[in-house]
Amino acid sequence: MVLNAPRLAIEDLSYGYPGHVVGRRISFSVGAGEVLCVLGRNGEGKSTLFQTILGLLPARAGAVRVDGGLTTGWSARRRALTFGYVPQTGGGAFPFTVAELVLMGRTAHRGPFSAPSIADRRAADKAIATMGIEHLARREWLRVSGGERQLALIARALAQEARILVLDEPTASLDFGNQVRVLEAVRGLAESRGLSVLLSTHHPEQAFACADRVAMLADGELLEIGPPAKVITSDTLRRCYAVEVAVVAVANDRYRVCVPHSYLS
Amino acid sequence: MLLLATAICLGPYQLAPGDLFAFLIAKATGAASPLSAPAEAVVLRIRLPRVLAATAVGAALASSGAAYQSLFRNPLVSPDILGVSAGAAFGAVVGIFLSLPVLAIEVASFAGGLAAVTIVYAIAAAIRGRDAVLILVLAGVVIGALFGAGVGLLKYLADPYNQLPAITFWLLGSLAAANLRDLTSLLPAVAIGLVLLALLRWRIDVMTLGDEEATALGVDTRVLRVVVIAAATLMTSAAVAASGIIGWVGLVVPHLVRLLIGPAFTRVLPVSVLFGAGYLLAVDTVARTLGTVEVPLGVLTAVLGTPVFLWLLAFSRRAAWS
Repeated sequence: MVLNAPRLAIEDLSYGYPGHVVGRRISFSVGAGEVLCVLGRNGEGKSTLFQTILGLLPARAGAVRVDGGLTTGWSARRRALTFGYVPQTGGGAFPFTVAELVLMGRTAHRGPFSAPSIADRRAADKAIATMGIEHLARREWLRVSGGERQLALIARALAQEARILVLDEPTASLDFGNQVRVLEAVRGLAESRGLSVLLSTHHPEQAFACADRVAMLADGELLEIGPPAKVITSDTLRRCYAVEVAVVAVANDRYRVCVPHSYLS
Repeated sequence: MLLLATAICLGPYQLAPGDLFAFLIAKATGAASPLSAPAEAVVLRIRLPRVLAATAVGAALASSGAAYQSLFRNPLVSPDILGVSAGAAFGAVVGIFLSLPVLAIEVASFAGGLAAVTIVYAIAAAIRGRDAVLILVLAGVVIGALFGAGVGLLKYLADPYNQLPAITFWLLGSLAAANLRDLTSLLPAVAIGLVLLALLRWRIDVMTLGDEEATALGVDTRVLRVVVIAAATLMTSAAVAASGIIGWVGLVVPHLVRLLIGPAFTRVLPVSVLFGAGYLLAVDTVARTLGTVEVPLGVLTAVLGTPVFLWLLAFSRRAAWS
């Protein structure tokens, strides 16, 4: 471990599939207790970037470091003890209960042949309580709503007790109330537990609600990175999404909203 | 246990339950057997091996079916999915065709099953698509059909007076020829497979989430898949070698069990073993006592399994995961 190294460092990372590079020479870092929000249009490769960071896809070039150490060659188990992953749609198609699914987050904490211990069950229960979804524990996975599933998947990542949380569009397909609840939960976890959080979203405004810094991707390259107020401007939104947008400060600039010009005319 | 005792008693040579009990007590205490010599021969040489074989084959097919269903994230697949049954059958038919000794036929059957699963797995690995499971299943169907064609060819070439009836009757699925020697290869294979699946039961649940999610949760999916497939294939091949192709057990029993008690493999495995063993034992007992001529077991399981499966398909309220 290198002293003062950022918890997660991405160095000159190129990612994609054989014969098809999606992103080139991306570098950024995420510190302890920091939330980094990744913006980019559809097909920009945000999911591919996350999967490469998690080691689910091999990096085409560059490196991923955790606390200064290279993650190349790490076992699935070691990765799972470091990264908690909340996929866009997860949980499979078998009717497990929410509690059973959260308990699966403990997989990396025990040997391949062992049953979950009392400590594992406690950790899962605690994660369920943290997310405030005790009432869902006995419910069947396929019968809970999309928002409830997202909260349950975050609970599973918490039960994993990893230091870095990676969430792939956690608010996609959620209603407004659930979007707010998920973002509040993410913000709270970074602050109370010092987790490093990497999340992607399609709503630039959400970065103002939960992120310390924003990374904006365009054409496979890092367009801007920095505090939300600095990165999310009319200029960058035009370059990223090809729409004219006014970024308006509200509530004494404690929050900003993005309003497309076409809506106002 | 009750079913076991009943099955041992029933048959052309009827046995009173009290006599069997007395016989067991006598054997346990070392006293003289209360049964006549022919009765003892019926119990020990014919009925006991057959009843044990039915139990083991039922348990093997149901539990390997349960394992495949979790692994391929599809509750409607069965041991036939990887062409395992067809491969094992082809191996055994080659053995019969070449008039090999019984042990060699069994080894050939196991080799055929393993060959089928290896080819299927190699095809799936060679075609790198997004949906690895679908490719695996399709490759299984194709290879199964190929081995089925091989069986057809050998039947066509076989000696119609000696080999053809043997092949045909064995393929229909039957435990009529089960003897103690069959058990010595069947039971250890089933035991090894079951122990492996039981040890890995928690990981198998995680596999139902799909490769990506399971990997992110810390499972080495490639190694686990190979181990689970090997264990399930070992059990299926051993069952096919002992009794021919007995369909539907590996599909219907675990499916029914999941509907009854939920998807957790920790519970599905033991209940599938019990249900599979009990079901096949009951069906086999019916098969050999129903008429004067024995009904092939595979025919009976298909006749029973088809309506049950159609009923499940039509009335299952969990159609979402089919």
